Amino acid sequence: MVSPAVNTKKMTMIEGVRNAMDEMLKENEDVIILGEDIGVNGGVFRATEGLHEKYGEDRIIDTPISESGIIGNSIGLAANGFRPIAEIQFLGFIYPGFNQLMTHATRLRQRSLGRFTVPVVVRAPYGAGVKAPEIHSDSVESLFTHMPGIKVVVPSNAYDAKGLLIASIDDPDPVMFLEPLRCYRSNRTEVPDGKYTIDIGRASVLKQGDDISVFTWGAMVMDTMKAIETLEEEQNMSCEVIDLRTLYPLDKETISASVQKTGRAAIIHEAPATGGVSNDVISLINDTSFLYLRAPIQRVTGFDTPVPVYSLEQEYLPSAAKIQAAIVNAVNF
Amino acid sequence: MIEDFPMQQIINEDGEIVDADALNDISTEKVKSFYYKMLCARMLDKKCVNLQRQGKIGTYVPYEGQEAAQIGSAVALEEGDWIFPTYRDHAATLTFGHSMRNLLLNWRGRPEGNVPPEGVNIFPPGIPIASQLLHATGAAWAEKKHGSDRVSLVYFGDGATSEGDFHEALNFGSVFNIPTIFFNQNNGYAISVPMERQMKTKTIAQKGLAYDMDCLRIDGNDVLAVFAATKASVDRARANQGPTLIEAVTWRYGAHTTADDASKYRDQNESETRRETTDPLLRVQRYLQTQNTWNEDWLKTIEEEITDEIETAIAEMEAYPEPDLRQLFDYVYDRPTWTIQEQVNQHLAVQGEE
Ligand SMILES: Cc1ncc(C[n+]2csc(CCOP(=O)(O)OP(=O)(O)O)c2C)c(N)n1
Ligand SMILES: [Mg+2]
Repeated sequence: MVSPAVNTKKMTMIEGVRNAMDEMLKENEDVIILGEDIGVNGGVFRATEGLHEKYGEDRIIDTPISESGIIGNSIGLAANGFRPIAEIQFLGFIYPGFNQLMTHATRLRQRSLGRFTVPVVVRAPYGAGVKAPEIHSDSVESLFTHMPGIKVVVPSNAYDAKGLLIASIDDPDPVMFLEPLRCYRSNRTEVPDGKYTIDIGRASVLKQGDDISVFTWGAMVMDTMKAIETLEEEQNMSCEVIDLRTLYPLDKETISASVQKTGRAAIIHEAPATGGVSNDVISLINDTSFLYLRAPIQRVTGFDTPVPVYSLEQEYLPSAAKIQAAIVNAVNF
Repeated sequence: MIEDFPMQQIINEDGEIVDADALNDISTEKVKSFYYKMLCARMLDKKCVNLQRQGKIGTYVPYEGQEAAQIGSAVALEEGDWIFPTYRDHAATLTFGHSMRNLLLNWRGRPEGNVPPEGVNIFPPGIPIASQLLHATGAAWAEKKHGSDRVSLVYFGDGATSEGDFHEALNFGSVFNIPTIFFNQNNGYAISVPMERQMKTKTIAQKGLAYDMDCLRIDGNDVLAVFAATKASVDRARANQGPTLIEAVTWRYGAHTTADDASKYRDQNESETRRETTDPLLRVQRYLQTQNTWNEDWLKTIEEEITDEIETAIAEMEAYPEPDLRQLFDYVYDRPTWTIQEQVNQHLAVQGEE
């Protein structure tokens, strides 16, 4: 947490991400960044802006267009002493690197009984709602939560992004760090100077409430907060909103404590329903809090379809009306 | 190695004839038709950049400067052949028979943008870099297995040669002697990364040697050289003589996309100089002028004709009916699964029928 003596600055999430990398590059010579267009160009979203000038091209490395090359080399670099941050330009382009993630990054420690380890952070922007071209917008976080051996982190604001990214770089194991595109510049939070960490695996209670626990992450945090604001004004109910922030491992204590308090739960995510992380949250609630439930757990998700071209993407994204209807369903059950 | 791959030209920057023999096969009418197509492509591209600025279309990918490479290659194909474009190759798809309206709809975020006219084999643009090369070999392989002489041509950039899919496609093409033309547009940059940082080799053509494949390097801004080289490769592929890798050396004048700021990574003066020197349209104009077959009235007439065509297509794009939600659900599978069916119903229950 922030001590009063530390200066803070209001930042967008992309600034928080950059600031975290800057802190870690400054602190540890072994931290390096690999990615496409991250050097002079500063990244297509400007996440690495200024870092190339500051730390040089031996540490801020423009790679050839090769996701397998970026992730595969990061594994070798990490196993031999470096702390690579691998930037994938859009999550939709990570698939050439999947082999490296699934068959190596996630299991090198286990295969070598701890002799070789992979402290790599793979960063990638993702999600719909910014009118990006096709293929740029899917939310596939559960492809990674389903990979044993990697942790999955999704910040939704600058403060969390900085603390979680620093924790991820410090983490001895691979971390998939997913950056919701819609959050990059849509909100600003106070961010302390210097190094601080937020524990991976800790959710954040954004708002206390009594009637229902609403779990969400990424860009849907903003939409959920907005939907709930009007709902609470119009109807006499109080919602607890929890930003999960880490999708693997889930924050068992926070999730179960909240559900045991409210007796109801709704999960909101952009990703398709089938195989979505909501299913793991439901399992966790089932395992820990079944007898506390007063209503079936609600889900508001994307469809079991690819994210469409941008003229239809607003239809794809969970709307305020759907979030509100799900909450009302549970509370009035 | 670069000496082994001189940049082949038929006419040079000044419109002078470099290869008279090759030129013999190309009539002045044909040259003028190439010019027409390049002008149409350029005017459309400029228009699209403006439409994006006005908010009428989304992020746009300009190809200005690469018209000769795209058009010279597309005109070398015939009906029944296949093309596999990237996001930057709509001058090629337009030339190969895509409808201008649908092409515009693509930039307006409409799925119709991916749908070519019936009987025209144009795949939706390959967005994950280099992935489309393997579809091109697969489709041409099918033609070969069917016993036809149709071929495929696949577009890709300099940056794409760094992906595994590029190498895998060349290898398949070569191992199975597949009638595919691997048409590389080396525009010098992959977003911000110049060719020298993308690869150690000075040419892309030489990468074909590793696959024992015909490979050549041409001036991609000389529409005649592009046409002749592609035509020869296509003929070889049709005659079951295997694939070819063509490196067409070119240049994009503008930014990578309308969301990119090229001045962050290169001196845009180079583009301005090139407009006066290596430009693909200007060189044809200079050539026609030396032949005394250039005519300003003709230029005016075709400019008007093209303006009309573009304005009509834009009007059609703007008048196009609103997107239909069904497009989101009905084409994921042949028949929607129960999961999708239920999701549609739930969606309509909350959102109402629009
Ligand atoms: C697999 C994959 N990685 C990254 C990207 C992001 N990206 C889009 S275009 C581009 C540069 C491609 O350069 P080049 O192949 O030279 O083609 P050009 O854009 O110059 O036509 C990159 C890296 C992508 N689309 N797909
Ligand atoms: Mg290029």
